[in-house]
Amino acid sequence: MPAVTCDQLVKRYGAVVAVDGLSFSVERGECFGLLGPNGAGKTTTIEILEGLLEPDAGGVEILGLRWRTAERELRQRLGIQLQETQLAEKLTVEETLRVFRSFYHRGRTIDELLAIVELESKRGSWVGRLSGGQKQRLAVACALAGDPDLLFLDEPTTGLDPQSRRQLWDLLKRFRQDGGTLVLTTHYMDEAETLCDRVAIIDHGGMIAQGTPRDLIAALGAPRVVTHSGTLEDVFVSLTGRHLREE
Amino acid sequence: MKNEIDRGGAHHPLIELTLARLREFLREPEALFWTFVFPIIMSVALAIAFPGSGVKPAVVGIEPGDRGAAIRQALAATQGITIRDIRPGDEERALREGEVHLLIVPTDPPAYRYDVAREESHLARLLVDDALKRAAGRKDPFSAREEPVRIAGSRYVDWLIPGIVGMTIMGTSMWGIGFSVVQTRMRKVLKRLIASPMRKHEFLLAQIGGRLVFLAPEAGVPLLLGAFVLGMPIRGSMLSISVVCLVGALAFGGLGLLLASRARTFEAISGLMNLAMVPMWVVSGVFFSSSNFPQAVQPIIQALPLTALINALRAVILEGAGTAGVWRELAVLAAWGVVGFGVALRIFRWR
Repeated sequence: MPAVTCDQLVKRYGAVVAVDGLSFSVERGECFGLLGPNGAGKTTTIEILEGLLEPDAGGVEILGLRWRTAERELRQRLGIQLQETQLAEKLTVEETLRVFRSFYHRGRTIDELLAIVELESKRGSWVGRLSGGQKQRLAVACALAGDPDLLFLDEPTTGLDPQSRRQLWDLLKRFRQDGGTLVLTTHYMDEAETLCDRVAIIDHGGMIAQGTPRDLIAALGAPRVVTHSGTLEDVFVSLTGRHLREE
Repeated sequence: MKNEIDRGGAHHPLIELTLARLREFLREPEALFWTFVFPIIMSVALAIAFPGSGVKPAVVGIEPGDRGAAIRQALAATQGITIRDIRPGDEERALREGEVHLLIVPTDPPAYRYDVAREESHLARLLVDDALKRAAGRKDPFSAREEPVRIAGSRYVDWLIPGIVGMTIMGTSMWGIGFSVVQTRMRKVLKRLIASPMRKHEFLLAQIGGRLVFLAPEAGVPLLLGAFVLGMPIRGSMLSISVVCLVGALAFGGLGLLLASRARTFEAISGLMNLAMVPMWVVSGVFFSSSNFPQAVQPIIQALPLTALINALRAVILEGAGTAGVWRELAVLAAWGVVGFGVALRIFRWR
């Protein structure tokens, strides 16, 4: 049984079709990346999978369960990090984790969570005084509080400096090694290449290509590979026909 | 797995959420200032406005004229009348602005000029008329025996303090909950919270619970100042007063959540709060009795939560009623709290 299956997802906002018939599945233990430029429908898609948005059409199954019938169980088993989550600024790191940990019926202790995201020394600091990387690691710690089977991350490293990105990647790789399943969105090609077993490239709410980063690069064809070693970025640009859009 | 819940060292979510709410509030200096200092300022202002003695003297002015000196002499000996000297030509203004309650035109017989719409002017007229006639040699047919008594709790200030306490409970509960909920929503913290297994009703209960801790200073400061500085009697038991304050805070907590359930901006929540609270300041009997309003609208006024809270506070504090004696008011408050909470839970906007 796959960790995630979605079938012909459609989501409209008025006349705008944000997600236009997306289908894919994610196996257990896999890291799956949703790639696309800003406005491609990545966040809408992942929020449908997270049970925060209802699709207008299409079906979603998470860990073999459906949101309509098993929301409480799913919430216990998922870890979610939203794009630009802001946590309460005047609570400390430890207090924030305690609040999130209290919602889960099983999982790690507060001390273990602090150790995993390397925030032990910031335990007593107010969230508002953390750096961007530290805030993001705290957001991931909140997502890991219930020892989830499946972790959703929406642009986990956007806006972070290179060191903070590496630190977060290492953290996510360890989660993978422990058998966790990961679904993330990103518009960084190097991030997808580093973390993901498979990626789906989407634009205008539809699927453009799907496969392992290596297969996608190989499928790009010989000419480019002759000049320099191909990257996922070449694939992306050749498929979407332009560079990354700025918001 | 289900029956053995392991929270990894954290408390029950209701406790953690309430503690979080409390900590955030305590770390917000402005909010703290208003919670603790506002009731003190209000109470001190009352203490200054209502010094111990009850009755204010009648203040009269005398227009220029031949008999002015004789009138002044006759009134000077009378208790309860204060003569204010007014610049000639300024009499009309002084009367209009309430600087004097009555103007005496020193003709023979004298004329009294006063505003018939003012209670204190009528009182001044009676006192002046009595004093002048007595000075002119009136013989009283009898002299009644005076039996002055002082009934504690019958002064305006005694009546006013429970109103202020009710108003404070309403204001701090509503603003405290309204602003924090809207801020949490604007920062998308609410969206993150419902992506977790948090139970929605526990979050909403924690918003009210976080406020209740501050109920003691908010209600206690004006009550204690009233009792020990202004001499307001407290006839009911502390338990009854606490129960009324608590049920009142729960009612306004529910109402605050309801108003905050959809608002996405501070402007929206401020507008809603004022829309709900300003009419109650006027009609619910904070500063003057709500019985001044027509009979036809009384059922509505009596069903308002602030009216119920203030009536219950006055009954318990000034008349010594127990909780059983104010069950009607408590029921009205409980209904507002439960309905407000229930509707808020249904229509609450989490993102």
